[in-house]
Amino acid sequence: MTAKSNRHTLDRRKFLAGVGTAALAISGGAVIHQGEAWGLEVKNLKPETMRTLIKLARDIYPHDRVADRFYAVAMKGYDEKSGSDPDTKQTIEKGVAALDDLAQKKHHVPYAEVGWESERVNLLRQIEDGAFFQRIRGDLIVSLYNQKEVWPVFGYEGESASKGGYIKRGFDDVTWL
Amino acid sequence: MAAKFDQSDDQVVVIVGSGAGGGTLANELAQKGVKVVVLEAGKRFEIEDFVNDEWDSFTQLAWKDMRTTSGSWRVHHDFANLPAWIVKAVGGSTVHWAGASLRLQDHEFKAKTTYGGLAGANLLDWPVGLKDLEPYYARAEDKMGVTRTNNIPGLPGSNNYKVLAAGAAKAGYKDFHTGRMAINSQPRDGRGACQQIGFCFQGCRSGAKWSTLYTEIPKGEQTNKLEVRPESHVAKIEHDASGKVTGVVYFDRDGKQQRQKARVVCVAGNSIETPRLLLLSESSKYPDGLANSSGQVGRNYMRHMTASVYAVFDRPVRMWRGTTMAGIVTDEARHDTKRGFVGGYEMETLSLGLPFIAAFLDPGAWGREFTTALDAYENMAGMWLVGEDMPQETNRITLDKSAKDKLGLPVASVHFDDHANDVAMRRHAHGAGAGIYEAAGATRTFPTPPYPSTHNLGTCRMSENPRDGVCNKFGQTHDVKNLFISDGSQFTTGGAENPTLTIVTLAIRQADYIADQMAKNAV
Repeated sequence: MTAKSNRHTLDRRKFLAGVGTAALAISGGAVIHQGEAWGLEVKNLKPETMRTLIKLARDIYPHDRVADRFYAVAMKGYDEKSGSDPDTKQTIEKGVAALDDLAQKKHHVPYAEVGWESERVNLLRQIEDGAFFQRIRGDLIVSLYNQKEVWPVFGYEGESASKGGYIKRGFDDVTWL
Repeated sequence: MAAKFDQSDDQVVVIVGSGAGGGTLANELAQKGVKVVVLEAGKRFEIEDFVNDEWDSFTQLAWKDMRTTSGSWRVHHDFANLPAWIVKAVGGSTVHWAGASLRLQDHEFKAKTTYGGLAGANLLDWPVGLKDLEPYYARAEDKMGVTRTNNIPGLPGSNNYKVLAAGAAKAGYKDFHTGRMAINSQPRDGRGACQQIGFCFQGCRSGAKWSTLYTEIPKGEQTNKLEVRPESHVAKIEHDASGKVTGVVYFDRDGKQQRQKARVVCVAGNSIETPRLLLLSESSKYPDGLANSSGQVGRNYMRHMTASVYAVFDRPVRMWRGTTMAGIVTDEARHDTKRGFVGGYEMETLSLGLPFIAAFLDPGAWGREFTTALDAYENMAGMWLVGEDMPQETNRITLDKSAKDKLGLPVASVHFDDHANDVAMRRHAHGAGAGIYEAAGATRTFPTPPYPSTHNLGTCRMSENPRDGVCNKFGQTHDVKNLFISDGSQFTTGGAENPTLTIVTLAIRQADYIADQMAKNAV
């Protein structure tokens, strides 16, 4: 992922015209996050597909205190893998296209632009037993929660041996009982 | 000085596996002057190699070789190729065990007598009782430095324990404390005291927790009677025309086939690999596998009734800080059929880090019901529920001829269905666990299903009558005098307690027996 550069800046008209969702826009071959000021260049998948994957990842494991960039990091492996593995590329592109079809039929917009999380979740309930959804969910449980950078959001402190464990750092500091 | 024995030395005792059973047996025999070769499938790591990171440590230590599963147990659905979470490394699963060291109760050795006929359960009394094992339990507790024995103080209570204890007291439980743990609460046996690091499952970074890796094995090696060969995967046990075993065929780290002669072979590969090896050792003389005239090899697979309860409170707990399992409520371990099931269960503190709580809290779940639980991770407490499950003949390890490992050998297939008694016990335990946390003020509780099995038991069980089981009360197989079962596969029934202390106890006793039989030239 790279920091946002000026050439990816979107004008207001284009933004409102529905090129992207409020947070995630497409510019050239990249997914751009205005609010978090990052861009993710997409090399092997369609950039729209990556945008949908990021939205999908948040809908599967929604954490309101976790920024989109963690979901993007969790999903970008599919783009890398699609460069060398045509099966992955096909599974992902087809899966996202099918999800967009469901969204178009029900809501007349692509999945990433369906307004309410509950509406998107209703679409996901229709595909949750399928191979595409199961693969995304199964990978995401590791690729999201195993990011050390996301742990502080949950209060998790990670490795402790190098700090001498918790014997002098609060292993028994509960006082409210 | 570690010994080095010739592969043609037919006077050595070969032990397959280096965990609680194999590692202990190896040291005990070496101390008596018996020559021992331990063949361990995994690598040899040392304490400084362990990592405080759940997935990295899993990659480093876990037995990840392909296995297949079937049956109605939820592990088959959630983790189809990972029926068990055990270790492939020198030290075996004593590298990642939690340290809980409980004696089985007297009545648990007499399961058939105590519980009576229970439809679908292949119950049997052990050919040994608590009285027989008491002196060996005492030796095991001393060897392992179990807290609350031998005047060793208990571990201090962590946050997770304090929540458990507060809830248990309010819920009316009487017998709860920080456990009988093979984790030093003070320096002992050349190892330091617990630093409350957490990550007990990832290999103890301070060495406070007993593991054969840095206790039994180096002590055995110092006698110059023990040689440990890591990355040596035993594929077959060989025998002569009379039926006695003569040695083993194994594959070294380069995948090259090797052969080690032996006077005695002891199998301690944990309760999935042990029966697999006996079945792989089929021959024209033993067409159903070695030591299998009873047909019981691989059957009666037990994994304990397991479950967890996690709970969220309105204030922080930080359950990951400190010793993972130093907390226990034992009141429910009794046998009392008024609860709607036979046998009992223990309630023990347990914590998982964020990566593993995500993977194991409710495998497969997604959406806000799931993620709001993780949002409250800092305010979460956790306990593990471990109880006696019923042996069933159809719960079974077999060879899956359609799936091969990297050596080309059929993998183990694990079939398991919960017995109705297991289901009733789990339901009761989930309710009791939630009750403890609600008494402590929990705002939400989670009845978590079983993880991949850590307590694998019973697949080569002890029996008085050779018709009913695979080995006798010393772990010696009924069919082959110089072949022994030296791990939890021997368990006739499972009891409610974490099995490691009993495995170590049986290994100490077996070492005495093997040395005696060798001295008498009976094996």
